[in-house]
Amino acid sequence: MAGIEVSALHKRYPDGTVAVDHVDLSIGDGELFVMLGPSGCGKTTTLRAIAGLERQTTGDIRIGNTLVNDLPPAERDIAMVFQFYALYPHLRTRDNLAFPLRAEGLPKAEVRERVDEVARLMRLAPLLDRRPRRLSGGEQQRVALARALVRRPQAFLMDEPLTNLDAELRADMRTEIKHLQGELGTTMVYVTHDQVEAMSLGHRIAILNKGRVEQIGTPLEVYERPASLFCAAFIGSPPINLIEVEVADGKLRSQGGLVLTPPPGLPRDRCLVAGVRPEALEVTEPGAERSVPARVASAEWLGDEIIYVVDHGGQRDVRVRMPPTGRFAADAAVGLRHTGGTPAVYDVSTEELVA
Amino acid sequence: MAVSVDEAVSAGPVRDHTPPARRRGGRGRSVLEVALLAVLAVVMLFPVLWMIQTSIKENRDVYAIPAKFFDFQVTMDHFKDVFVASGGGRSALSVSFLNSVVVAGASTVLATVLGVPAAWAYSRFAVKAKKDQLFFILSTRFMPPVVVVIPIFLMYRQVGLIDTKLGLILIYAAYNLPFTIWMMKGFVDEVPAEYEDAAMLDGYTRLQAFRRFTLPLLVPGIAATAVFALIFSWNEFVFAIFLTSSDDVRTAPPAIAGLIGGTTVDWGLVAAASVVFALPVLVFAYLVRKHLVAGVTLGAVRR
Repeated sequence: MAGIEVSALHKRYPDGTVAVDHVDLSIGDGELFVMLGPSGCGKTTTLRAIAGLERQTTGDIRIGNTLVNDLPPAERDIAMVFQFYALYPHLRTRDNLAFPLRAEGLPKAEVRERVDEVARLMRLAPLLDRRPRRLSGGEQQRVALARALVRRPQAFLMDEPLTNLDAELRADMRTEIKHLQGELGTTMVYVTHDQVEAMSLGHRIAILNKGRVEQIGTPLEVYERPASLFCAAFIGSPPINLIEVEVADGKLRSQGGLVLTPPPGLPRDRCLVAGVRPEALEVTEPGAERSVPARVASAEWLGDEIIYVVDHGGQRDVRVRMPPTGRFAADAAVGLRHTGGTPAVYDVSTEELVA
Repeated sequence: MAVSVDEAVSAGPVRDHTPPARRRGGRGRSVLEVALLAVLAVVMLFPVLWMIQTSIKENRDVYAIPAKFFDFQVTMDHFKDVFVASGGGRSALSVSFLNSVVVAGASTVLATVLGVPAAWAYSRFAVKAKKDQLFFILSTRFMPPVVVVIPIFLMYRQVGLIDTKLGLILIYAAYNLPFTIWMMKGFVDEVPAEYEDAAMLDGYTRLQAFRRFTLPLLVPGIAATAVFALIFSWNEFVFAIFLTSSDDVRTAPPAIAGLIGGTTVDWGLVAAASVVFALPVLVFAYLVRKHLVAGVTLGAVRR
């Protein structure tokens, strides 16, 4: 087992596309590290560079203490799980699992032992004699995972492994992957565009955008204090409210009169935007204490919660997450109140967190 | 991979649930369809039937007026004449058939051996100006052969490829290569690149991964593409008639055409030679009919 160091990674394709602009990552030994971002942000290219499937234009990659820049994928002692599983179609499950071991040239007895062991771990025994086309999507992905496990590599690389599964199965597999990684304690780099997956799996999350790292942090840090407007908008569903504010009398005031507690060390004379999560706001009866007048544009009743979309003082589409008690109809005049702590504040021009 | 015709067309007309009036209308329509198709089939197949008939008629029946459709003497003499010269030994026609086999076969193999790796590379790698390169490759097929036959003739005369089988093989391979690359690229695109990635992580080089995992999955596509190339080379006439002159090099199409134009034309021989010439193409097309449809409809259905 080993950590992975990526420094100043840059990947430019011959046709001129820059897939990765500049990425530095320091992934700890035994960590479940998630790379999250929209498609085209460079997360998969970074992962493939770590795997050795792409050669970076510049920058260094270390696995453990070894500089692996010039090592072919097979010599990096890593295993990868792909979105399309990539099980060899002409081989039965048993042979698919044994394949990497045979390629390494392990003796037959040991190959069988390790295949049986991983089949037990992943509960694949009934599937061992089937070919991939006779497996369901979830079964194929379990076999693909098992094929990665069987090699006992220094690190696992996961390239959107759950994207092709249906929602229910995805949740199950997520739990299973997290559990396995915890049991084995092997370093895992996990690429996804799904924020729920990232939040629930990752020890730490790196948010990538346009070939650069926007933020690295624990799920909580990433959620509570997004490092940039991009991160703020990317994480959270319903999305964060970005409310234009100005500093007055030691308070943050929005155009509609909403008052927020300012974080310390706020610069003056700049256009600022406060990121307010939907659960940090509250819809009240009109005229309630500390509330500002607002109007309900729509209400989505989701069973366990209600998402109100309200307009207030020129600011449209403010989302508020409320418990399902207390209903306000669409178009009703209501009050809007901030109940959360100090919000994260961003500079509009740099799009970075200022305080 | 694209669907075959059997899967693409729904199985038969809709039954049962339609009301009687509609159903009779449907039956009327299907009768009309069958009738029209029958007429079309007769029109399309008549020349073929006439060719086959002529090839097995005695010469006096070939020239009989009115034409004899049924009550003629069946003979295999014309087919014998195709292969055996009048004085015994091999006929010039049989040599030209052998030439056709060699030229079409070799040029197809050459185009496939060069085209499949090229298609793989274009499918898998980010190549500079990939689209422009692919368009350029395709553009060499825009011209009809007859436009370039004179320059090719002059070039061939300079390098001594005139009237050689090698010359024909090279020009057919060159003509088939763009087509092979384009069609194979479609097939390679359908095979997930992850197989190769996984194999590389398992310890194979990129080329080994291609050979061991992608290539076997491409075999149906290669077969279909090769048959297209084979049929083109087999049927090709313009280059063959301009670039070859002697009987030991000439392929079948110009050789058959050469039978016509003397003072008397032995139509029985022409017909028999044409039947022999058409058979291999029919057989090949039949063998890979599923893939031919796949090739034609490639890209019509997106994953």
